[in-house]
Amino acid sequence: MERYLVAIVVGIAAGFLDRLIMLRSDYRFYPTYPHGYLTHLALGFIAAGLGAVAIPAIAKPDYVAVTFLALAAQQFREIRSMERETLSKLEESKLIPRGPDYIEGIARVFEARNYLVILTAMASSAVAYWWRWEYAVIAALLCIVFSTKLMGGSYIGEIAQVEKGEIIFDGSILKVNDVIIMNVGLTETRKKIMREGMGIIIKPRDDNARLTLDAPGQRMAIIHDVVSILGSKVDVSETELRPLARKQADKGYLALFLVANEPDQEYFMEIVKRVPVIESTRGTALKSFFGRKAAD
Amino acid sequence: MNKGFKGGILAIVTMDKDKVTGGGCPVFLAVDQKEQEKLGLFLARILDGIVHDLENGVYFICRH
Repeated sequence: MERYLVAIVVGIAAGFLDRLIMLRSDYRFYPTYPHGYLTHLALGFIAAGLGAVAIPAIAKPDYVAVTFLALAAQQFREIRSMERETLSKLEESKLIPRGPDYIEGIARVFEARNYLVILTAMASSAVAYWWRWEYAVIAALLCIVFSTKLMGGSYIGEIAQVEKGEIIFDGSILKVNDVIIMNVGLTETRKKIMREGMGIIIKPRDDNARLTLDAPGQRMAIIHDVVSILGSKVDVSETELRPLARKQADKGYLALFLVANEPDQEYFMEIVKRVPVIESTRGTALKSFFGRKAAD
Repeated sequence: MNKGFKGGILAIVTMDKDKVTGGGCPVFLAVDQKEQEKLGLFLARILDGIVHDLENGVYFICRH
């Protein structure tokens, strides 16, 4: 087989495999539809093809082809807006919305994954072109491990301490420990909350974490993830049992309240620990000089 | 879910009509606590709102 053909085939295979591995459907429930899979696999295949032909094109040398590659890569920016649009549309019919920050984070990740696919395909095809295809397999595996590592962000459990909170009523005011959640009017609802409600306290470990948890987008993401596993007793016109996250303004920690279909406090806390920190809400106070000064 | 008008008081349920005044919002009078709770629940379900208690014998329904 011709050398460039081997390089292209190896590159495409490596890139496509990378996309397949990075395409996960978990409790965050996306993508759940076979068509969603197909769309992303097809785009991943195109991205892999783009990456795979780059090195043989430069080596030939065919600089026009390389310029077109750069143009084609621009198309992947469309993926972000495609994801954003789909998820924002679906948001309108959700009882517990994801929030715009979470959607933006997901959209960005989908775009970035395609660039990683291009890089993987390019690296493997380069190795296959200049050395041997056996080495290209090793290069591809290294790239795939690298991409999965790169895609893993930090989690709430790393930036904050998650503890059990006590649900109490002060007259009509619902509280989790000392954090005021909301005013509940009906006695029946109060009784139900006392029976079935769960509360947790999320204590940030530093100033960056406090700012992250302050962001309403991050709170929505936490609530969405918890509800998508444990469920909630909110219905279309019965919104009294809506899960809420409110902060203790003086001490900076967050209280989360939920009436779940699966009332399991232990898992409730575990799920919250595994909620990703949303990129756009990440606090960076400690990176600035005055932020560090003010923190102590 | 988007339900249009948010934040304002949709209805007031009270046992003491001297506690509320002004206009713009329907006021329902209840004879006892039991009726007040029932009216509050019904109105909240119909109006897609939540019942809040001002702890002075006045309940109001609000959509968030």
